[in-house]
Amino acid sequence: MKALNYSPEHLTSNRRLFWIAALLGLIMMAPVAWIIGLSLKDNAELLKGTEAVFSFPYTMENYANILKSSSVFGWFMNSMIVAVGQTFGVLLLSSLAGYAFARLEFPFRKTIFIIVLFGLAVPEQAVIIARHQMFNWFDLHNTHIGLILPNLSSAFGVFLMTQFFRAIPKEIDEAAMLDNTSTFRIFWKVLLPLTLPAQATLGIFTFLQAWNDYWWPLISATKSDMYTLTIGIASSQTNFAQSEGLGFLGAQAIFASLPVVLVYIFFQRHIVTAVSGGAVK
Amino acid sequence: MAESYRRSRWSNGLFVVPYLSVFLTLLVFPLGWGIWLSLNKVDLFGGERFIGLKNYARVLSDPIFGQAVKNTVIFVGVSVPTLVILGLFLALALNKTTKGSSFLRGVFFASSILSVTIVTLIWRIVFIPNDGLMALIFEYFGWQPIGFLSTTGWSLFSVGVATVWWCIGLPMMLFLAALQQIPKDLYEAAALDNASRWRVLTRITLPSIKSTIMLVAIIQVVMQFQLFGQAQLMTNGGPAGSSRPIVMYIYEVGFLRWDIGMGAAASQVLFLIILCAAMLQYWVSTRKEETDA
Repeated sequence: MKALNYSPEHLTSNRRLFWIAALLGLIMMAPVAWIIGLSLKDNAELLKGTEAVFSFPYTMENYANILKSSSVFGWFMNSMIVAVGQTFGVLLLSSLAGYAFARLEFPFRKTIFIIVLFGLAVPEQAVIIARHQMFNWFDLHNTHIGLILPNLSSAFGVFLMTQFFRAIPKEIDEAAMLDNTSTFRIFWKVLLPLTLPAQATLGIFTFLQAWNDYWWPLISATKSDMYTLTIGIASSQTNFAQSEGLGFLGAQAIFASLPVVLVYIFFQRHIVTAVSGGAVK
Repeated sequence: MAESYRRSRWSNGLFVVPYLSVFLTLLVFPLGWGIWLSLNKVDLFGGERFIGLKNYARVLSDPIFGQAVKNTVIFVGVSVPTLVILGLFLALALNKTTKGSSFLRGVFFASSILSVTIVTLIWRIVFIPNDGLMALIFEYFGWQPIGFLSTTGWSLFSVGVATVWWCIGLPMMLFLAALQQIPKDLYEAAALDNASRWRVLTRITLPSIKSTIMLVAIIQVVMQFQLFGQAQLMTNGGPAGSSRPIVMYIYEVGFLRWDIGMGAAASQVLFLIILCAAMLQYWVSTRKEETDA
């Protein structure tokens, strides 16, 4: 019994710490609970005082109004197109490159890989003004392609996929080589299926990032029908409270986060691997 | 056949060509082009004129830029230690397999998946005077109301609160991953020695995850130096520029005033600051390790 008490878990954490964390957790959730409460209230009632949140009646009217408002729905579709497009693009480019960096030999392989890794260190601000000009030259602003392209250059995916391909036992491609399979077929038919869990991790991570991107859509999508959801919601924040009412704003926030929250609930494990697996090695 | 797979071949490089072309056109080229722009006076309708370092001189002598740097440094100086210490605390408290711990881990990480627009929308509704959650709480306790977003002393603080709320998940997760990797026998030895909890924490746990602490701190410094959306959406940098960060300055100069050369110069200065901060931290940590050894 005594030995059990001194288990590693016992030495690193204890009950008191847990309850403090639980209290912080409540503080963490309070703002969200507040917004959900507001979103379920009639806007006219909220104008008289937001204490109304704590009492009946509640209504779904704000959510119904979102579905009626065409602009929010259009922004939602833009976000979907951009996030899905970016996810597929990143998966494709990173898998091809990751495979080559991890498994093949070609001139300057190491040098190129190191240069790509340096790309991880370049913050968006250092390139954003020049990028904006370039996209001007090619008339790519206010297009879906223009919103998808920039983040395809992120080196994170390549780095992650290289790690994953390295982790696959070499015997597998060696066996395939004996059958006289071409390099591309080994990649496509033999190794790629084995990286499916990794694809899911990187894909979910990229989707979330694309869905939440703010800086680039802010300066690239300037026409309101090309807004992504993040920019659209931001634009309706500027004329805060007065126009639509707090309940409607709250409902917008909940509606806009629904896809990422669903992704989070279903794929929590993959997300955690993506954020911690890439860093702790 | 097997040998040709292993042998170095140009054709093998074809696999990296798609990514590499995107990397070169959308990252490497704009990086170089941005540096070139920062050395030019740029007209909105095309046409650059080389003016050397004049844009940098203009940026560095601009009091608004100075204030933005000061704001950002204060913001990083307060938010990063908060995130590291709080993240470490949560990881230590929730490093268990119980249902309660796993639920709380989910709670603390969940905010990280929201977009900056949603986070700021939530916190603006919490902070609005009279009707916000904060105002209600203050009223309940009979405290003097505070204009969180409209007072010079509080605006940056409020942006910081929203930021910590938004970003706490990643440090916690990284620390948890590191805690999992500490060899269990270290603790078993400590248990045999009847070591106190505090001794275990300071002699075993913290030294074992030293490199992760450094990693988390560097990641956060780099991220928080790029503060933008929260400040822009919550306070628009105000009042009186008291919460304007460097990135917002770049945005205003480059995309609202369309002074592209000057904006580019400011963004290179930021890049340099971030690089120096990260390298300084790295250098300090490796030096300390040498003296420890």
